[in-house]
Amino acid sequence: MALRRENSLLIALLLPAGIFFCAFFLLPLVRLFLIGGEGKLGYAAYAAIVTDRNYFRSLVSTLVLAAGTTVITLIISGIAGVFLQRHSFRGNAVLVSMLTFPLAFPGVVIGFMVIMLAGRQGLIGDITLALTGEKLVFAYSMAGLLMGYVYFSIPRTILTVMAAAEKLDPKLEEAARSLGASPWRVVLDVIIPGLKPAFLAAGAICFATAVGAFGTAFTLATRINVLPMVIYTEFTLQANMAMAAALSFVLGAVTWIVLAIARQFAGGTVAAAG
Amino acid sequence: MQRKPLFWLQLAFTLSVCVFLVVPVVLSALAGLTVNYQTGLSSGLTFRWVIEVWSGYRDTIFRSIGISLACLAVTLVLGIPAAYALAKKQNGFTRALEELLVMPVAVPGLATALALIVMYGGAGGFRTSWLFILVGHVLFTLPFMVRSVLAVLLAIDLKTLEEGAASLGAGFIQRFTHIVLPNCRAGIVAGSLMVVTLSMGEFNMTWLLHTPFTKTLPVGLADAYASLRLEIGSAYTLVFFVMIVPLLIAMQAVAQKPKQTFKTDEE
Repeated sequence: MALRRENSLLIALLLPAGIFFCAFFLLPLVRLFLIGGEGKLGYAAYAAIVTDRNYFRSLVSTLVLAAGTTVITLIISGIAGVFLQRHSFRGNAVLVSMLTFPLAFPGVVIGFMVIMLAGRQGLIGDITLALTGEKLVFAYSMAGLLMGYVYFSIPRTILTVMAAAEKLDPKLEEAARSLGASPWRVVLDVIIPGLKPAFLAAGAICFATAVGAFGTAFTLATRINVLPMVIYTEFTLQANMAMAAALSFVLGAVTWIVLAIARQFAGGTVAAAG
Repeated sequence: MQRKPLFWLQLAFTLSVCVFLVVPVVLSALAGLTVNYQTGLSSGLTFRWVIEVWSGYRDTIFRSIGISLACLAVTLVLGIPAAYALAKKQNGFTRALEELLVMPVAVPGLATALALIVMYGGAGGFRTSWLFILVGHVLFTLPFMVRSVLAVLLAIDLKTLEEGAASLGAGFIQRFTHIVLPNCRAGIVAGSLMVVTLSMGEFNMTWLLHTPFTKTLPVGLADAYASLRLEIGSAYTLVFFVMIVPLLIAMQAVAQKPKQTFKTDEE
């Protein structure tokens, strides 16, 4: 009897969040799915992302961009994260807070940071103009977007790598070294395998975020052909609600699946924003 | 101890990553305070752009603060009871619920916003009010509150504490306010900071959910970047940094605090 009362109490406590969640997330998503099938293509709209040449091309460039972001971010954060975790020196804490400080910048602000670096009045343009006589401006292209996503992903990836590096057993590395392994072999055979779960989890978050992010691309150029921008254009300029719905549903499914797999590896806080 | 060359190489690499992250922030802050960025600092420093932002976009600043505080209130009311319930019953069902609740973070804001629009876009008054944006923000931030509180509740021996209180005759309300809430204070603080910070910066959803009368700070930023001169965009960004940096510093401070032990509310 007491157990039953406790259960109904717990249900009552879950109810407000549950009702909110159903009314404003689950039901709208179901509706989005139905709308996606109401266009002139019908439910074939869900296949359009692979059958339509233009959509498929933007899908491919989105995935390539996300993969590039992931690889570059993991390399940068892997080196810097393990270094900061392993060596204590004066200023270490300052470096860590500098590297994690952009953690909560929204995508639009990241886009603006890219413009400050590589835009028409950017620092890189000024430096290259002084050095070579030509102004290098790449903010408003795929390269600029890649830079923005790497900028955005470094803080959270470094945090994950540092947390994982803390748990590595230094004895394993000492053993490898005492057996004559070169520093490279230690990195390849001991450190990287030890950090593999963290790399997988952080990499999946990088990837999913880069696939779904919108703010940075929006700030840089509406002409960049990535999936979130295509969805936005379908929705606003073409007023093609059905296509926008179908594409965003597929996009949501992709990021959700990638992150669900990541959580299997890592648990902990898996967040995508921007 | 003598440092090896490899150490210096790695240090140089790490420093250059820092430069990559920090330099644009500094540049943008400077640009917002410079008379003419193209000419450089020699053109002089000015508050002109900040004042222009204040007079033109003040409303977005207050709206963002208002929405983020409202968002905090709602996530506290919805999130803490939910986290408590999830902590009390750990089984397949509640884990599935938790997984579901986290979905709005995994699904891109663009998709969530479109879903809200197709469902409630026809509801005139709701669609055009700031509450429409609030709903989106709550969806996106609620998981952070729930997870943060849940993590603390799972780390303490909630069962023993509650049984102790119950054996002394404390009812549920008494246990909740005198045992549960004081003990998960650290989780509530961390979750709250996260919620406010995220809500303040949310753009992906808000861009689709806003109307010309319900612009938030990031929406105003996007406007300014697209149509105004670089100095104004920079000054606006500077205002945003001034608002968000204290939150980020507080978040880092809370994260570094040593794990708390049991607490009662009599300290």
